Amino acid sequence: MQLSTKHLLGIRDLKSDDIQLILDTATQFKEVLQRPIKKVPTLRDVTIVNLFFENSTRTRISFELAEKRLSADTINFTASASSVSKGESLLDTVNNILSMKVDMVVMRHSASGAPHFLAKHIPASIVNAGDGINEHPTQALLDAFSIREKLGSLAGKRVAIIGDIMHSRVALSNLYLLKKMGAEVMVAGPPTLIPKYMKEAFDVQVEYNLKKALEWCDVANVLRIQLERQNQVLFSSLREYSLAYGVNKKLLDSLNKEIVIMHPGPINRGVELDSDAADSKQSIILQQVENGVAVRMAVLYLLAGGQGE
Amino acid sequence: MKTILTEQQLSITIQRLSHQVLENHIDLENTVLIGIQPRGIFFSNRMVDELKKQVPADRIKYGKLDITFYRDDVRKGLHTLNHTDIPFSIENKNVVLIDDVLYTGRTIRAALDALQDFGRPAKVELCILIDRRFSRQLPIQADYTGKSIDSIISQKVKVFWTEKDGKQEVGLLE
Repeated sequence: MQLSTKHLLGIRDLKSDDIQLILDTATQFKEVLQRPIKKVPTLRDVTIVNLFFENSTRTRISFELAEKRLSADTINFTASASSVSKGESLLDTVNNILSMKVDMVVMRHSASGAPHFLAKHIPASIVNAGDGINEHPTQALLDAFSIREKLGSLAGKRVAIIGDIMHSRVALSNLYLLKKMGAEVMVAGPPTLIPKYMKEAFDVQVEYNLKKALEWCDVANVLRIQLERQNQVLFSSLREYSLAYGVNKKLLDSLNKEIVIMHPGPINRGVELDSDAADSKQSIILQQVENGVAVRMAVLYLLAGGQGE
Repeated sequence: MKTILTEQQLSITIQRLSHQVLENHIDLENTVLIGIQPRGIFFSNRMVDELKKQVPADRIKYGKLDITFYRDDVRKGLHTLNHTDIPFSIENKNVVLIDDVLYTGRTIRAALDALQDFGRPAKVELCILIDRRFSRQLPIQADYTGKSIDSIISQKVKVFWTEKDGKQEVGLLE
């Protein structure tokens, strides 16, 4: 019982057995989180540093909680409050931290491939908490865990990923994962936000009509418009985007079935997702957040274990 | 393989142990039973079946505990996780821990740690099917013992259960 990899850099490098193992392990950690005392001593002697070179609420708190529930020692690092602003390089920063005997690094960085670069140069295990527009593996794992919890399995389920596919690391990690686990995947959104080669590269369906996408799917994973990563005009206004691609209750009620609504957060209410849909009983957005802690506990546990001796 | 308990002896032993537990815990009034995953469960399931013949089934509180998260050798290698299912509080209860083989005592040490996360029990007792004497690495003893045996480290005690192994007996493997 072991992962085939020392780092979690992306879903792309994982085997389907690895994904299965992480999800099964997370099930057991979810039970721990329901106990009167939600903490186990498993990683008592492991030190983990959380390196966040980019803003984050959910992911950072979720990782930190997961580490604390496993009894690991944690150090938090935020780029804006560090020597990075004095001009220190990424490798120097991390090597300095590692020389203080740190076992694992959880890193978020705005540059795609930053954790892969680090993995080549340092001995510690690295968990990618989001790198640029590349991958966000733990988000895809918790999305998969939530779908599995709600619908029983991933294989054969129809999942539509809706919105800013081009700039979303959540979309890419989800695509890899869902395909590896045998789900049917569709990407939907305006043509300007969906890369051209999508269909050939990933063997997924591409749909430009939101209603058709919703009619097709069992699960709709609605993504945020990543305005901070767009340096050109890809749609005329947020209001227009919302009119064509915003998911709302009226639209959901017009379908002849009840689909599951997911969102990786943070939600731009009224843009990609309306409040009446986000807060409806079809939405599992808050369960996703809850499951995030269990999934991250599983990842840290599986990467930390079996490396001593 | 040398047989330590035959199928018939095994079932008589389990009957005796269930009576011994009842002797000390009349009607299981304030007592809960907790089997240790994974292989202790086969034994604890049978203990519970025996107890159901003596006390009303709804009186019996029975949970399952996986101790993997509490092991002292996490960094030496990972172990397969099993499900923990303790759907009641053990605060101020008498807990009878149930496992098949008592060897080094490390599993029970971890189980005692794990129990604390479910409340503060009034008392914890240990019920063991096979006690491998003289091989303990920690000061832990059973309160109820099916059979004590003397064995050396190179030997292995294996308890076979019908649903898992297709036969029911206890053997000593060289």
